[in-house]
Amino acid sequence: MSTHAKAFGLLAEFDTTPTVLHAAERIRDAGFRKWDVFTPFPIHGMDRAMGVKNSKVGWFAFLGGVTGYTTGMLMIWWMNAVDYPILIGGKPMFSPFGAFPPSYELTILFGAFGALGGMLFLNRLPKLHHPLLKHRRFALATHDKFFVVIETSDPKYSETETRKLLEAAGSKRIEMVEE
Amino acid sequence: MSEVATHTKVPATPLELMREPLVANQRSFGWISDRVSAVTEGKTPKWWWAAFVPSLCLLGLLGAMLYYQIATGVGVWGNQHPTMWGWDIVNFVWWIGIGHAGTLISAILYLLRQKWRTAVNRAAEAMTIFAVMCAGIYPAIHVGRVWFDWWLFPIPTYQGLWPQFRSPLMWDVFAVSTYFTVSVLFWYVGLIPDLAMLRDRAKTKLKQFLFGLFSFGWTGSNRHWSNYEKAYLILAGLSTPLVLSVHSIVSLDFSVSQLPGWHTTIFPPYFVAGAVFSGFGMVLTLLIPLRSMCHLEDIITKRHIDVMCKVTLATGCIVSYAYIMEFIIAWYSGSAMERFHFMNRALGPMWWGWVMMMSCNMLVPQLFWFKKIRQNLVVVWILSIFVNIGMWFERFVIVVVGLYRDFLPSSWDYYKPTWVDVCTYLGTFGLFFTLFLLFMRFLPMIAVSEIKGVTPQADPHHPEAGATGGHS
Repeated sequence: MSTHAKAFGLLAEFDTTPTVLHAAERIRDAGFRKWDVFTPFPIHGMDRAMGVKNSKVGWFAFLGGVTGYTTGMLMIWWMNAVDYPILIGGKPMFSPFGAFPPSYELTILFGAFGALGGMLFLNRLPKLHHPLLKHRRFALATHDKFFVVIETSDPKYSETETRKLLEAAGSKRIEMVEE
Repeated sequence: MSEVATHTKVPATPLELMREPLVANQRSFGWISDRVSAVTEGKTPKWWWAAFVPSLCLLGLLGAMLYYQIATGVGVWGNQHPTMWGWDIVNFVWWIGIGHAGTLISAILYLLRQKWRTAVNRAAEAMTIFAVMCAGIYPAIHVGRVWFDWWLFPIPTYQGLWPQFRSPLMWDVFAVSTYFTVSVLFWYVGLIPDLAMLRDRAKTKLKQFLFGLFSFGWTGSNRHWSNYEKAYLILAGLSTPLVLSVHSIVSLDFSVSQLPGWHTTIFPPYFVAGAVFSGFGMVLTLLIPLRSMCHLEDIITKRHIDVMCKVTLATGCIVSYAYIMEFIIAWYSGSAMERFHFMNRALGPMWWGWVMMMSCNMLVPQLFWFKKIRQNLVVVWILSIFVNIGMWFERFVIVVVGLYRDFLPSSWDYYKPTWVDVCTYLGTFGLFFTLFLLFMRFLPMIAVSEIKGVTPQADPHHPEAGATGGHS
C-alpha cells in the first residue's frame, strides 16, 4: 500500500438544478459509468438525465407482501385447525374469511419491511464510511448545493479531460477527493 | 398566403388563478435547512420547558396510575356490570383515531400528489406514533392481568394453546401492532435524509457520530434517491390500505358483537372518517402554536391551515351523515332493541354525551365553511379543541351508552368513571406531550428535503430555477 492518499474522484459543484441536470446529461452521453449526482433532495428528471433504470425496490416489497400473506394464512390454519383445534359455535376450524384480516395486516407489515430492506440493500446502506463524507465542501450536498462526482476508477476517467468536461458543463468549483 | 405565426402567445396566468406558493417569501434551500435546524440546534426556549415540565409530571402520574391499577386490579376503574368497557376503551379508540390523520397526511395525500402535505407530514407522523403508543397502553392494561398480555401474540401458552383468530380482538392486535410498526418505518425512512443534514451541520463530535449512525451514511446520491423514492412511494401505498383497515378493524371489535347500536355495517367507514376528523383536529391543535413558537410561518403557511380546515370540515360532514344515518337504520330495521337504543342515546339519562358529540362534531365544523374563520388562527385553534372533545364524546356514546342499558332492565346501571380513570387519561397526555416535545426539540419537525423539493427553484424546468434562491 502506498503511504499517500489515493484519489477517489473529481467533485464538481453546481448551484442550480438546471445546470446539474444538464451536466448529468452530458456525462451520461460521454459514456461514464462510475459517477453519481449528489443532491439535497431528489430532482425531477434526474434519473433519466443520468440514465438510471427504474428502481427494483418494488420486487422486494412484493416478495415481502406475498411472504406476509402466506405466513398469516398458514399460521392461522395450523394454529387453530391443526395444532390445537377448538370448536366454537359450530364455526369451521379454519375459514379464509376470519383469517383474512390478520393475514392482510401481515402482508402490509412484511411488504413494508421488504420495501425498507430492499432500499437499504440496493443502496448498500447502512455504510459507516464514505470518502465523500470526509470532504469539507461536500457537507453542502444536504444543504443547498449540487455535486457531480466522477470516480477515478471509471475506465473513461482522465485527470485533464474529465476536468475539462465538468468545467464545460458549468461547474465553477472542481476538486479532487481523496480516498 | 397569410403570415405563419412562429410564436404562440401564452397568456399569463390571471392573478385569481395563481396558487399561493407552498413556501412563503421565496425562501432559498439554505434558508429552509437553517430555519428548521434552528429549532433543534438553538438554545432550548423557555416555553419548551414550560410545556415539558408539566408533561413530565403527567407522565409520572401515568406511571403511578398504571402501577396502582396493575397492583390492585381493574376494580379501581368505574367499569361495572353491565358497562364492562368504560374509559379504557373510549380512550383507546380516541387515541388511535388521532393517529389516523398523520397517516392520511403522510400516505394518502402523498399518493394524491397533494404537495402541501410536505410541510406537516413529519410532525403529523410523529403525532401518529405517539398517539398509537398512548392507545396501545389501554388494551394492554384493561385485560387486568397484564403479565398474560403475551397470550395476545402467537406464542403457545404452557398448555400449548394458541390465540383464537376467529375473534376481531385478535385482528385488532395485528392491526394496531402493524400500524405502529409501519408508521415508525415510514417516519424513519422520511427522516434519513434530514438526519444526514443534521449530521453535516453538527458542530460536536458526538452529534456527528450519532446523526451519522442514524442516517445510515446517507450521501444524497441520486442512485440512492431513485431507490429511496420508490421505497417511499411503496410505503405510502402500503400505509393507505393499512390506515383504512386499522380503524375498520377497531370498529369490528364493536360491530361483530350482537349489541344494538354496535351491530351495524356502517361502522368501518364511519370510524375511519371519524378518526381522520379527530386526527386533523389534533394536528391543528399542535401545529398552530408550534408554527409561531418555532417561527415556521413561511413553511406552515395560512394556506396549509386553510386546507386542513377544509379536510376537517369534509370529514366532519361524513361523520354527521353517519350520526343521522344510524338513527335512520335503527328506525328502518324495525328492531325494538335497536330503536330503544337510539332513543336512549338522545333522550336517556346520558343525553348530554350525545349532545356534546352532535354539537362538537356536527355543528362546530360547519364554521369552517367561512374563509374568515379558516384564516383566523386563534379561532381555528379553539375549534380544533372542540373537535377533539367531540370525538372523545363520540366514543363515549358508542362504548358506554351502548352498554349501560342492556337487554335486561334489571341489570341497568349508571356509569361513573373513578379518579383512577381520569388520572390515567390525563397521564396519557403526559406521555404524548413528553414524546412530542422531545421529538420537536431533537429531530427536524419539518421534512426538510421534501420541502426543498416543492419550492419553485427545485424544478429544473421552472423559469425561476435559474435563480440561486430569493431572500435568505
